[in-house]
Amino acid sequence: MDFRLSEELELWRKTVREFTEKEVAPYDAEMDRANDLPWDIVRKMSESGFFGVPFPEEYGGAGMGSLAAVITIEELARGSASVALTLDAHWLATDPIFMFGTEEQKKKYLPDLVSGKKLAAFALTEPVAGSDAAGIMSTAVRDGDYWILNGTKAFITNGGAAETYVIAVKTDKTKGARGISTFIVEKGTPGFSIGKKEDKMGCRGSVTTELILDNCRVPAENMLGKEGEGFKVAMVALDFGRVCVGAMGVGCATAAMEAAGRYANQRQAFGGPLAKLQAVQFKIADMAMGIEAARLLTYRAAWLRDAGQRYTTEAAMAKVFGAEVAMSTCKDAIQIFGGYGYTRDYPVERYLRDAKLLEIGEGASEVLRMVIGMNTLKELA
Amino acid sequence: MQEIWVVAETYQGRLAPVTLELVGKARTLASGAGGKVTAVLLGSRVTELASELIACGADTVLVADHPELALYRTLPYARVLTDLIEARHPDVVLFGATSQGRDLAPRLAARLRTGLTADCLDLSFDKDGLLVQTKPSYGDNVMVDIVIPRHRPQMATVRPHVFPAPEKDAGREGRVEVVPVHLEQADLVARVREVIAEVEEASKLEEADVVVAGGRGMGSKENFNLLYQLARALGGVVGATRPPVDEGWIDAAYQIGQSGKTIAPKLYIACGISGAVQHTVGMEKAKVVVAINKDPSAPIFNLATYGIVGDVREVIPALIAALGAHK
Amino acid sequence: MHIVVCIKQVPATLDVRVDPVTHNLIREGTESVINSFDENALEEALRLREKFGGTVSVISMGPPQVREALRKALAMGADAAYLLCDRALGGADTLATAYTLAQGIRRLAPFDLILCGRHAVDADTGQVGPELAERLNLPQVTMVKKLECDGKTIVAWRECEEGTAVWELPLPAVVTVDSKINTPRYPSPIGIVRSAKKPLTVWTAKDLDVDEDQIGLKGSPTRVLRLFSPQRTSHVEILPGEPEEATRALVAKLREQKVL
Repeated sequence: MDFRLSEELELWRKTVREFTEKEVAPYDAEMDRANDLPWDIVRKMSESGFFGVPFPEEYGGAGMGSLAAVITIEELARGSASVALTLDAHWLATDPIFMFGTEEQKKKYLPDLVSGKKLAAFALTEPVAGSDAAGIMSTAVRDGDYWILNGTKAFITNGGAAETYVIAVKTDKTKGARGISTFIVEKGTPGFSIGKKEDKMGCRGSVTTELILDNCRVPAENMLGKEGEGFKVAMVALDFGRVCVGAMGVGCATAAMEAAGRYANQRQAFGGPLAKLQAVQFKIADMAMGIEAARLLTYRAAWLRDAGQRYTTEAAMAKVFGAEVAMSTCKDAIQIFGGYGYTRDYPVERYLRDAKLLEIGEGASEVLRMVIGMNTLKELA
Repeated sequence: MQEIWVVAETYQGRLAPVTLELVGKARTLASGAGGKVTAVLLGSRVTELASELIACGADTVLVADHPELALYRTLPYARVLTDLIEARHPDVVLFGATSQGRDLAPRLAARLRTGLTADCLDLSFDKDGLLVQTKPSYGDNVMVDIVIPRHRPQMATVRPHVFPAPEKDAGREGRVEVVPVHLEQADLVARVREVIAEVEEASKLEEADVVVAGGRGMGSKENFNLLYQLARALGGVVGATRPPVDEGWIDAAYQIGQSGKTIAPKLYIACGISGAVQHTVGMEKAKVVVAINKDPSAPIFNLATYGIVGDVREVIPALIAALGAHK
Repeated sequence: MHIVVCIKQVPATLDVRVDPVTHNLIREGTESVINSFDENALEEALRLREKFGGTVSVISMGPPQVREALRKALAMGADAAYLLCDRALGGADTLATAYTLAQGIRRLAPFDLILCGRHAVDADTGQVGPELAERLNLPQVTMVKKLECDGKTIVAWRECEEGTAVWELPLPAVVTVDSKINTPRYPSPIGIVRSAKKPLTVWTAKDLDVDEDQIGLKGSPTRVLRLFSPQRTSHVEILPGEPEEATRALVAKLREQKVL
């Protein structure tokens, strides 16, 4: 088993790292204050081919696979969780179009999404249904060659910024999960509007909004996948989304550990640098261990996906673990900075605010523990 | 006996300050070793500048005066110097590390198959009469002493402000020799279309006694207004490091550093500048350096005479007020 | 158009010190990158190829790990890469380096333009470009911050003490560029994937048909006597207190020193 990355992946990782250090990280504090999407950075990422990393050349991508995508997210998150989240949410919608779309749908939507000329957003969550995804109440009713969509979506990342939306609604209210179908809806479609923009705790350089469907007429050919297949589409999309969120945790934790480590090496207390104190060393040790383990979980999940194997459990593990490592690392990083860590002059408080999202979005840790627990018990039966 | 040549540079009818500094240094070196100093003056209608070179310490001035030499071009200047060097065999040839010197010296070194050391910070003769050339490497983190044991001439370029301007002695005696200029057609393939004079403000940067410079820590183009205000209060000029230029907050003509201007003002105020070597090589000869930065571990403080740890947006207005209060 | 770009691999950080006992360089970290000005040169070459069509070749002299830098150049878009690698080439100063590169470039003829960075950020000499031009008997223009080309001649804007000088030269020529000329692109993912299939040729001294007296240590007129760390002790006086207090103290001191 070779743990080394290929020359190609190493070169890509170095490229993303350099890009992040130069074009992303210096602007993270500003986008947090401005509570706005950094369009400049999105444009540069698009020009440098970031959006197309895992997609085939046929649609304008690079065909580099899932591990390359995970590395992209990890390295971006080290500079800005918000920017990494924007890319992750974009892939969350673009992936299902690639995997479940008809030839016409792929030809129509993928080129702009794979190039990053347009952003995409995936909408499942509603004000009334988050973890209980099968309990969504948005509906779609057939009307000739159209479906009429009604309902509200909540906490949709890239809401408003995206041009292309993959939206899950109930086409059969009598059924639970099996009654859900997904549709591709373009911004500007009459009856489809962007609702309230959330004022979030963290990841404020990423935009999150409500979506409002009010008798929105969507052509029948915009159904993504078969009728009643929507829940499956969502779950397949979320599997990889979860690996990416785990990678976000790795990147975020790395940034926090690096900041705390640099500080510990410089700051003087009790006759020497903080780094000489065991309490600090132990905290850094826990950070390093957690990051190492979280990273390997994400890489393995990505590897399984590229190998065409089932990876739902491993993806859930990667997300839960990565999120929790990020939380504990950021918390300890603030502690190492002491009073300074509690101020906005230093980035660690922002890292913690950013990290909290990872335990919630794209599958709350509790739900994922259910998934992991149930799957593990099944195997042990 | 050591014969030391200095290739003189002129702009707009005047000798470049670095030329005078080098003639002064050559004079010091020659006096110590019992040698002679020759200045080589190339250009068109420049002969009258020879007396200034003699006043600074040249024993001989070789004048190559020709219309094709009016504006610097690599090949005609290289041809003239090659002819002179191959005929007269100087031991040492010095150039200013300027846009001309950096272009010309290596071309010549390759043509003569000899050694060249660029950007020297010091020159001396060792006990065997070999020129020891001290130059910085890896930014300015490492100093290297270099010699050219077997090839001649030993060539070096030196940055402006490294050596002091010499005392001028109008009574000094020296010889002016006008040399013939032979150029080939092949030497004339390049054409200088025009020389665009730079923004007048920026050209004052190198001569200014007071420079107020801003780095990435200034945060925005708007905040650069604070620097202009401070410069006005001090009667100084504004400069910058590379990041503000890259961000578009100020024109590239104001950049100070490795790929920008080298300055040596009496007072240099570094605002929001971290002190990376690529910048500090351009200003480390300033007499008094004041650094304002909110990061107490910024390397700029190692170079500074006085330092204030704080936010430039608060410190600069306070400084302007403090300057006004004393008046 | 055939454009040749010379690149050098340099340390990623200039944080080096000299060991006071052995007088050897102590380098922090071992990561290497393409010299930033050479990336500007490569970017300019790629833009010219976009305009005129043709090929971009990159060439470098160095140890085997320079392959990594050449791989990145190919990923950025160069068509072919050449590494001049041989123990006999080691220890070369700028003259020997320029001679060796010239011999390599001759094998790539015909070419229209040779682009280099204005200097390498580690050695800091800026000499190889002009020395290369001399060995190839080509006109040169250095430290160029803007370049225009019509396929037969180039117009180059270069910084000079009075401002900017605008030169016009016929091709083929050697041009060294300053960072102001462009912003180099990042290697795209597809560029990285495709770079694996592009040719990367390694030439030894024998392949280059070089005169062994002009290469490596033998071909270097300059000799390093010694390396040392510059004496730099910090004598800074930090003025404490709030901005009002600190700046008042500063003004007082500057007036005392007669700087104001």
